[in-house]
Amino acid sequence: MLVLSLKNITSYLELLVPEFMTKEELLSKLKNIITPYVQNQEGLNSLNENTDFIKDLEINSANLVDVVLDVEDEFDIEIDNESMEKMLTVKASLEIIESKLSAK
Amino acid sequence: MNIQEIIKKLPYSKPFLFVDNILEVNDEFIRGEYTFKPDEYFYNGHFKDNPITPGVILTECMAQIGMACFGIYLLKGEWSEHSWSIAMTSNQIDFLKPVFPGERVRVHANKVYFRFNKLKCDVEMYNADEIVVAKGIVAGMAFKK
Repeated sequence: MLVLSLKNITSYLELLVPEFMTKEELLSKLKNIITPYVQNQEGLNSLNENTDFIKDLEINSANLVDVVLDVEDEFDIEIDNESMEKMLTVKASLEIIESKLSAK
Repeated sequence: MNIQEIIKKLPYSKPFLFVDNILEVNDEFIRGEYTFKPDEYFYNGHFKDNPITPGVILTECMAQIGMACFGIYLLKGEWSEHSWSIAMTSNQIDFLKPVFPGERVRVHANKVYFRFNKLKCDVEMYNADEIVVAKGIVAGMAFKK
């Protein structure tokens, strides 16, 4: 009897689509990218979808550019000016990364 | 853009302008030079009776050529002193040889990236004997006011 757990489905999807990543994986990769640029550790400890890079993590605009460039390298995608301007929260960033990945 | 126009567009003036000349600039690199005049204000205190150009001034000179001048060029006519401001956002420089009053230095900056108005460059500063006196990385950003 074939029992498909959520984990099985996920690994099956990963085989089918190499770019497929769960939300948790995406979030964990994004967290690794932003960590070196965070000035507010408390904000990082309580990181969630609504975390604002500038207000909650105190990342400055110069380092925000580095975050975007590191996201491009990590996911092998290109972020245009319009997307860059929207990438101010975890939620917006995950949405942009997911849409760029699915357009690959 | 005319090379000499770049210097006129810089937001610095004496005694804190450390660019005499842009020798060459394109989308990948810039080369410029400056001669540290024997009467620069900082030689009075750095050091007492032993004037040597401070490392922060060498860094500033590299940033004015490799960031400000290069950035103005890369912004391709978008730049104006009235609507933009600039800031050095990071640097990591090693100082290898002293630079004395009256010495001419040449700065060579290679673009690492210019994205979203942030410019990051590898920079080297050479003395008149073509010896590297300082080298490292500088990054800066242009902001619309």
